[in-house]
Amino acid sequence: MSEAVAAIMFAAVILYAVFAGADFGSGTWDLVAGDARKGAATRRLIDRAIGPVWEAHHVWLIFILVFLWTGFPGPFGTIMRELAIPFWLVGLGIVLRGSGFAFRKYAPDIGWARVAGSTFALSSVVTPFFLGTIAGAIASGRVGTGAEGIIWLSPTSWIGGVLAVLTTTFLAGVFLAEEARRHGADDELRESLRKRAIVVGAVTGAVALAAVVPLQADAPTLADGLTGRGAPLIIASAFGGAMTLVLLQQGKLRSARVAAATAVAAVVAGWGFGQYPWVLVDAVTIEDGAANSTTLAGLLIASGVAAVIVIPALVLLYRLADSSQLGSSH
Amino acid sequence: MSPNSLILADALLPARNQMALSLGAHIVLACFGMAMPAMIFVLHRRGLRGDDVALELAKRWSKVSGVLFAIGAVSGTILSFEMGLLWPGLMEQYGEVIGLAFALEGVSFFVEAIFLGIYVYGWGRLPGRAHILMLVPMIISGIAGSFFIVSVNAWMNAPTGFTEVDGVVVDVDPIRAIFNDAVLLQFLHMFLAAYMVAGFCIATIYAVGLLKGRNDRHHRLGFLVPLAFVAVATPLQPVVGHFAGQRIADDQPIKLAAIEGLAETEERVPTVLGGVWIDGELVGELEVPIEGLGSFLAQNSFDAEIIGLDAVPEDERPPVNIVRFSFQIMVGIGTALVGLIAWSAWGWFRNRDEFFSNTWRLRAFVLAGPAAIVAMETGWITTEVGRQPWIVHGLMRTEDAVTDGNWVWWTLIAMIVVYALLGLAGGAVLRSMTRRWAAGEHDLASPYGPSMDELDAARSERREVPA
Repeated sequence: MSEAVAAIMFAAVILYAVFAGADFGSGTWDLVAGDARKGAATRRLIDRAIGPVWEAHHVWLIFILVFLWTGFPGPFGTIMRELAIPFWLVGLGIVLRGSGFAFRKYAPDIGWARVAGSTFALSSVVTPFFLGTIAGAIASGRVGTGAEGIIWLSPTSWIGGVLAVLTTTFLAGVFLAEEARRHGADDELRESLRKRAIVVGAVTGAVALAAVVPLQADAPTLADGLTGRGAPLIIASAFGGAMTLVLLQQGKLRSARVAAATAVAAVVAGWGFGQYPWVLVDAVTIEDGAANSTTLAGLLIASGVAAVIVIPALVLLYRLADSSQLGSSH
Repeated sequence: MSPNSLILADALLPARNQMALSLGAHIVLACFGMAMPAMIFVLHRRGLRGDDVALELAKRWSKVSGVLFAIGAVSGTILSFEMGLLWPGLMEQYGEVIGLAFALEGVSFFVEAIFLGIYVYGWGRLPGRAHILMLVPMIISGIAGSFFIVSVNAWMNAPTGFTEVDGVVVDVDPIRAIFNDAVLLQFLHMFLAAYMVAGFCIATIYAVGLLKGRNDRHHRLGFLVPLAFVAVATPLQPVVGHFAGQRIADDQPIKLAAIEGLAETEERVPTVLGGVWIDGELVGELEVPIEGLGSFLAQNSFDAEIIGLDAVPEDERPPVNIVRFSFQIMVGIGTALVGLIAWSAWGWFRNRDEFFSNTWRLRAFVLAGPAAIVAMETGWITTEVGRQPWIVHGLMRTEDAVTDGNWVWWTLIAMIVVYALLGLAGGAVLRSMTRRWAAGEHDLASPYGPSMDELDAARSERREVPA
């Protein structure tokens, strides 16, 4: 039963990485969109693309936390004690990102919009970085093992952080290009996003490939898992990423969006399978760290309730957003 | 004290203050998240029946609630981080007992976030009947979510649903933990408080407008709708509060003793107002001249014995003055607000026209919103500080749950700065929204690039379905 709870929790990690990832990545594009006049179209596009959905996507993170402290209270405590600093930085980033975004939309004038907007954009880049360092610290077997030094700034953490920023930027680039296509707003913007997403995708793939070498030295347990149990997913991810680039090149943006999401989902799932059966790599297994069976059963039932209630609602939200029945609120 | 608890004590003070600040800030936003959808529903429904002023108000309030919800979503995330970052001892030990309530709150929050996204962004895009229905899941999930969160706090006051053997939690019954003895009354108390805070605050804003002479239908309606909600909630609140107090008499007699300033266990206890707790006794208090009133209020009998602070060792008593002052401020404001509702009812039935121009009553309403916030905050201080030194009543001391991190002063300072800036920025943005509305703007276009706006407007005009 503990494995079922862990699987659901990790499914939430994947969903958060893909959906909230694309929302965070929009911040990168916002950051490089240029001055107020030049960047206006990009920023309007981002407003309408993530405005209706980002809060819902954000809830996946709450889900992960709640599942962790309920299903795996011991490991949760260890994570929060040892990774307090990056968690505070993530918290700061989340607060600034959310309020910056909300305030910018109704900013009194362009000066306010600049401050709120750059707060939103910068924190959107910083937050996934620190989430990546947290993942790196756990995956490299530094949490709960008495590892020395700043455990969230190890090579694996750096890889996690950089890859998090790159993948979210890549996802957002593809999603935004598709959003621009659907609304037929601005051909120039769509084309520029499409071309730059190809570059970001290629860079992301190269970094991910290059990461294999340091990972083997720095995170042996994870590296074994990635090349063993997780290998099919890593291959699937590489394939999905390559497909995305091809589809982007051909201008098939709708399919590119699916391929990009698949590639990111597969690599995150690969990490999950790669570190199985550990919750905290080299320290606590899923079974040893789990709560009592009544609570786990309760969590499974709660997940069932959530699936019945939340999934149809999410589908409705996406259908409305996709059919552009939702947009900037006018 | 073990050498270890000296180190822990270092983090305790800033950790408690940080929790108080983040909870105190979030709870105000949560009130709006809970209560505003129902108020917007009333306006939207009138709007669908042809009242354009009501429809415009519904639209504006939904935009404001969208901003408040966003800030509430992120400030709520900070709270969930803090459960682990500041109180890892609590979560390690009892996370599996109370976690299910958090999970169900997560489901509720999810539903609320999804339908908020649909509702706020659905203006002019969804047909009216479908659009207004999107508020219903928001109303329900707002209530459900607050129930589950309050149930966690109630559990800390009246822990149940598990047994502890040699410091290990066994026989967990998470359902029993959610439906603990304290949850029902604590939830009802908070539920009414949420409607009071949101209702009085919105009424305050329109009272200011009415006082400035903007006595139009727009302001009258904006004033009247929240007033209707608080007119129901406010008189009920003392009743619920009374029964919640009786619950405390059973579950947490020492908290009640601190509220009453009762040093020794006694029978026929009076009710005393005011006074300061100095060296173990109340000084300068006023006694209500009804013998045994305190006993009666707590236990329904004028002769009942009420447990005093002396029933527990000194290191298990909460700080009396903070608890007592907070409680009395809450009750005082609550009573005044009941009076304001009574005054309003009298005015409403006497003369409708004068109702919206009665300067003194409107001035009272200008104060009522901030006062309702103060009442709710002091209520939370009463229950939280009154539980000290326990984080889980009778089972775990707060100092044993706190983190051993050496960063807590820094995060506290950072939070004070960030929340102060956000408060100022949020206030400025909301003010500018109302000013632009008052100046006749409708859409509040973002101050960057109108090109896509025009395109959107053209597209949505083609699509618009008449309500």
